[in-house]
Amino acid sequence: MPFLLFGIASIVFLVSRLTPGDPLVTIVGERNLNNPEIVAAAKARWGLDQSVLTQYGHYMKNLLHGDMGTSFTTREPVVHDLWLRLPATLELTIYALFGGVIVGVTLGVLAARHRNKFIDHIARFFALMGSSLPAFWAGLLLLYVFYARLGWLPGPGRIDPRGVAPDKVTGFYTVDSLLQGDFALFKDSVMHLILPATVLGWGVVGIVSRLVRASLLDEFSMDYVRVGRAMGLRERTVVNQHALRNALLPTITIVAFTFAFLLTGAVLTETVFSWPGVGSYAVDASRNLDYPAIIGVTLLGGTAFLLTNLFSDIAYAFADPRIRLS
Amino acid sequence: MTHVNSATDVIAPPRRLRKGRPEWLRGPALVGVIAIVAWVLVALTVPWWTPYDPLASVGDRLVGPSLKHLMGTDQLGRDVFTRTLWGSRTSLPVAFVVIVSSVILGTLVGAVSGFFGGWIDAVLMRFVDITMAFPPILLAMAITASLGPGVRNALIAMVLVWWPIYARLLRAQVIAVKQREYVESAEAIGVKRFTILRRYVLPMAYTPVLVNATMDFGQVVLLTASLSFIGLGARPPSPEWGAMITEGATQFYSWWIATAPGLAILMVVLAFNYLGDALRDSFDVKAGL
Amino acid sequence: MAEPVLSLRDLRVTFPTPAGPARAVRGIDLDVMAGESVAVVGESGSGKSVTMLATLGLLPKAEVSGSVRYNDTELVGADVDTLRSVRGRRISMVFQDPMTSLNPVLTIGKQMALVMKAHQPELSKKDCRSKAVDLLHQVAIPQAARRIDAYPHELSGGMRQRVMIAMSIANDPEVLIADEPTTALDVTVQAQIMELLQTLRVEKNLALVLITHDLGVVAGSADRVAVMYAGRIVERSPVRDLFADPQHPYSRALLECLPRLDQKQEVVSSIGGTPPNPADLPTGCPFAPRCPMALPSCTQAEPTLVRFRTSEVACNIVSGGDRAEAQA
Repeated sequence: MPFLLFGIASIVFLVSRLTPGDPLVTIVGERNLNNPEIVAAAKARWGLDQSVLTQYGHYMKNLLHGDMGTSFTTREPVVHDLWLRLPATLELTIYALFGGVIVGVTLGVLAARHRNKFIDHIARFFALMGSSLPAFWAGLLLLYVFYARLGWLPGPGRIDPRGVAPDKVTGFYTVDSLLQGDFALFKDSVMHLILPATVLGWGVVGIVSRLVRASLLDEFSMDYVRVGRAMGLRERTVVNQHALRNALLPTITIVAFTFAFLLTGAVLTETVFSWPGVGSYAVDASRNLDYPAIIGVTLLGGTAFLLTNLFSDIAYAFADPRIRLS
Repeated sequence: MTHVNSATDVIAPPRRLRKGRPEWLRGPALVGVIAIVAWVLVALTVPWWTPYDPLASVGDRLVGPSLKHLMGTDQLGRDVFTRTLWGSRTSLPVAFVVIVSSVILGTLVGAVSGFFGGWIDAVLMRFVDITMAFPPILLAMAITASLGPGVRNALIAMVLVWWPIYARLLRAQVIAVKQREYVESAEAIGVKRFTILRRYVLPMAYTPVLVNATMDFGQVVLLTASLSFIGLGARPPSPEWGAMITEGATQFYSWWIATAPGLAILMVVLAFNYLGDALRDSFDVKAGL
Repeated sequence: MAEPVLSLRDLRVTFPTPAGPARAVRGIDLDVMAGESVAVVGESGSGKSVTMLATLGLLPKAEVSGSVRYNDTELVGADVDTLRSVRGRRISMVFQDPMTSLNPVLTIGKQMALVMKAHQPELSKKDCRSKAVDLLHQVAIPQAARRIDAYPHELSGGMRQRVMIAMSIANDPEVLIADEPTTALDVTVQAQIMELLQTLRVEKNLALVLITHDLGVVAGSADRVAVMYAGRIVERSPVRDLFADPQHPYSRALLECLPRLDQKQEVVSSIGGTPPNPADLPTGCPFAPRCPMALPSCTQAEPTLVRFRTSEVACNIVSGGDRAEAQA
């Protein structure tokens, strides 16, 4: 785990040095190259006058102190920007993940119970759509239909543009608005969440439902399922109480993968919905070739992936008595 | 030498017997294959039969779908349908090159790693682990941004992001196959190690890689479009699906501009996903990662 | 004569396979009386397990015809609710492999509770628990109150099979079908499990249907034996008579496979050849290709069960001999 973190940082360092020519371009930006003052300051700060190895050492040291450099576009430290935007992404991601897992498990169970029947085919189509839809396009389409045409749901953003964001406690608008007792604001933030969370969660539905279906079908061929039936258990009990418990174990592992998928989706979904999170930050950074910001988000993404992996291992160990007790 | 060869033939790995249409090629998977073939044909032949130039203004601006312009025209008066067809000439070759290069690179690393083991394996696999710890799009974005935006650099970035999947997959397979009896017996009669790897191990270990590559083809099409949408891949005015959707997004109320390329992406990716899903069920292969 | 609790008449089970219909069970008649012990013996693939699974309607993919009556309830073609009210409540089952028959992620107490609640939904959690402890006592599991919270992997194979048995009698059934209950266990444990089944049978007046490929298991634990081959019963005898004087050549061959204490044997013999493929049965007697005493006529017509002394036998030679005896 620490090794992987170290490796991630190293890869990111490597990537940041991929730029053809002078790495200074990466750090100070092209337009500042002619300004000797800035160049000198940057050289001194990042130790560019020293060997690559020393530079690498400096880079690691800065990173340990939580320094990822300064964004060209916002003129703020990247760490500060990320910290500011993380809650928006987390809020969106968590709702999408929960919604996606609930719908995905339901759909997977239905598909497995009605294997090769009509329901199974519908579920398969719905699932494969989830992993085939370009999120940025689906977002546009949904906005066009439900916001521009039908007017049922609000447009982009986290809340109505005329509204005032709740005081920051958790950074989750749905939580903070309730904390200050503002139900209108709560409703507004929920309505704003519906479309982006749907776009993002659909992909999760795809992954989870296919996996639950496959592992449930595996479980159905197990002896204990036949024993359950032979003992006169209801089919619902056999599926929900017996087989699903086992089938959900691999689903826990897939959550880490799903999280990476969500980050991927968030990058595009946030852009379409002008969601002020880490994803749209990354896209803005890429469009402006804001290297420190891109690198910072990449590092954050890698670390987040590692953490969810670790979390899923722990969760797995808790859920599976064979591991828990040994 | 002849002696070894004849012995090799006697204990050659079993081959799958094929007759008629394979079991997985039916229903939606068959439709998927037809859709893929159709798109490949479009990509190969479109310059010879589309009535419009994809880059030139050929009509009024922002006109909705009509018989003259099946998917309308965009803000520069270009025919959206023609541009969408032309888009396949970017997406399909890019995805093809990315997948093939990644499979080759991944095969080399995975085969060496799995077959020889030891410290080579340890080093290579740690590198694979680290690369796979990044969400693909973020790493691809970072690499493309560092190399400079453009289709070529996006392609390089995608290969760099994608190959570890196959390396890990193939390595696991090679390790499993390596322990089968016919490999051990080939070793015992003195077949060269490289020959064993090439003739005995790889053919048996390849199925999951091919199944996954099929499914990933759609994902790479999606990633290519995504990178272009962000502005790191193909740039306007080139008729690339992701770039077209970016343009369409600025003309929000002319819904057809973004709809056509979006449907094209959906069609291609869905076709590959259905095909991959059928292959996975049929060959009983677990998804990568 | 008393009415049987379980009665199979001309039960047939066919599986559709790519190679054509596989006729796994081809007309079985079997009566089980209250409290008696019947053994069904045969090699694997003879159709004995399939017969029992079909009895409880547990083969959704198979075509089942004929009749299975539990007291007055017809089970072939019965609706799900009827079947469910019989399964585990009136007729219960113990399976071969206690390693896989229990759900690895649920405690045994929870699994037993699920079985009880299936038929006695009015039971509270507490009732279920105390009843489960009681049942574990009955199957001689030490420290039952503690074991009830154990997961299956924490118990030995023999213990797990005891749990399975406890579970199968949780709803006081009248018939217990034990499908190779000891095959997966160590030899020493096998005897204990068989003894437990016998004790329970006597105490609870259970009818026991013992399915096994091992005649050795049958000797001490069954009243009557039905020998199955290729989906049919080829011999039906009181257990004593089968051992003393087996009629069907197949029964004889099975007996010869048993290791005997009274003879010094270098090699345990086995029956040559393999059982026929149920999708491609030979004409005539299905055992003829492997039968040491087969006549050319044996491949003509398939024999039916015919009474012979205390037994019923389906063999051309034996029933032919019977006629010869009668004529003499």
